[in-house]
Amino acid sequence: MSELSVNHLLGIKYLSKEDIELIFKTADHFKEVINRPIKKVPSLRDITIANLFFENSTRTRLSFELAEKRLSADIVNFSAASSSVKKGETLIDTVNNILSMKVDMVVMRHPNPGAGIFLSRHVNASIINAGDGAHEHPTQALLDTYSIRERLGEVAGKKVVIVGDILHSRVALSNIFALKLQGAEVKVCGPKTLLPKHIESLGVSVETDLKKALEWCDVANMLRVQNERMDISYFPSTREYAQQFQLNKKILESLNKEIVVMHPGPINRGVEITSDVADAENAIILDQVQNGVAVRMAVIYLLASKINR
Amino acid sequence: MGQRILLNAVEINIILHRLACQLVENHTDFKNTVIIGIQPRGVFLAERIIKILREEYNITDLDYGHLDITFYRDDFRRGDKPLEANKTKIDFIVEDKKVVFIDDVLYTGRSIRAALTAVQSFGRPAEIELLSLIDRRFSRHLPIQPDYNGRQVDAINEEKVIVNWKENDGEDVVYLVSK
Repeated sequence: MSELSVNHLLGIKYLSKEDIELIFKTADHFKEVINRPIKKVPSLRDITIANLFFENSTRTRLSFELAEKRLSADIVNFSAASSSVKKGETLIDTVNNILSMKVDMVVMRHPNPGAGIFLSRHVNASIINAGDGAHEHPTQALLDTYSIRERLGEVAGKKVVIVGDILHSRVALSNIFALKLQGAEVKVCGPKTLLPKHIESLGVSVETDLKKALEWCDVANMLRVQNERMDISYFPSTREYAQQFQLNKKILESLNKEIVVMHPGPINRGVEITSDVADAENAIILDQVQNGVAVRMAVIYLLASKINR
Repeated sequence: MGQRILLNAVEINIILHRLACQLVENHTDFKNTVIIGIQPRGVFLAERIIKILREEYNITDLDYGHLDITFYRDDFRRGDKPLEANKTKIDFIVEDKKVVFIDDVLYTGRSIRAALTAVQSFGRPAEIELLSLIDRRFSRHLPIQPDYNGRQVDAINEEKVIVNWKENDGEDVVYLVSK
């Protein structure tokens, strides 16, 4: 019986290549399930999952919720805005209170890096990290690489450039780990102020010229400019950022090949990517969203099977 | 560990022809009937029977699919049962159709119970029948019986029935293995 090597999904860093293969294989089956007339399986009837979102989210939260419902799990939702966190309750207390209502699994988004890891050491439940600050967002990286595999056949040997705000991006870090683990070549591209120092130590190359990066790659993953995480000014203006790092029709047409365009959402149309490019045939942005449900179903299903009765 | 042969290749061949013949008797031209092999091992049996239906009864217009029941099992997290799914391929709607499930061994009946739930995701069948090659008749946990049956076997719970197929395992043979 093959199973995951981990009991929590805290980051791609803790997964093996075999884990990712198992998740993808399972996701293939769930993708078939969610395209049936009745899109639901009863596997997780006896599992209760708490979705704890200490930070805003639309896509990830909906995607997790749908994945849980399609597996027939019972779910409780929690968002920090309307909770006792505002009254000064600690994270462990909040979660332990929820767990004492017999919850088996926790999906958590939190603004602090390492929140999931901290929680996994202190509470008795399976934890899925749905984004912890600027650290990791493992399910996003899994669905991104799953979408690359679906479009291009495999991830190994493909050249992927991640463009934009690498410094504040958990999507970038998780994607780098996931892509490297599966044998892809990775380049990061963006203004120098948004590229972390020593990023090369992760085995990626650095490019500050978007045109050169695009000429090199098979896939371009365009990240959102995260204004909410920028406490200081990292570039002079949005307009100047767009002039240098925007993916638009003109730059795509100047390449002598077709590349796959990805974006983890939400899109700032007209900043990092233009509408005509985001809606074009070689953009797999909406495939990423659909695959997100199947991949999250696979992760939840595989982790749930390891919960002791 | 001892094993004895329950059915050899010749006997299996005779039984397959009889089962195909019985299906034709009830479903004539298969216009309103679909055949579904239960993953993983029922698929080999289903494909054999379909081959006979095509070649000897000239039934070519036949809807055939395979159904995986992994996500519908009632023993999730209850032991070391396989977690890994197989492919489900049903590219037709079973609404108002007669469905024939095909599986190699009918044992506790729990797989078929799961299959009965699983097939509902593809519509509401008019009726469902079950064809199995081996019926371990004294081992049932649920009130499920086959409509078409190759051979009844009285095996105790410690014993295992293993069905091998030429295309997958090298030869057609059914073993009864005791631990």
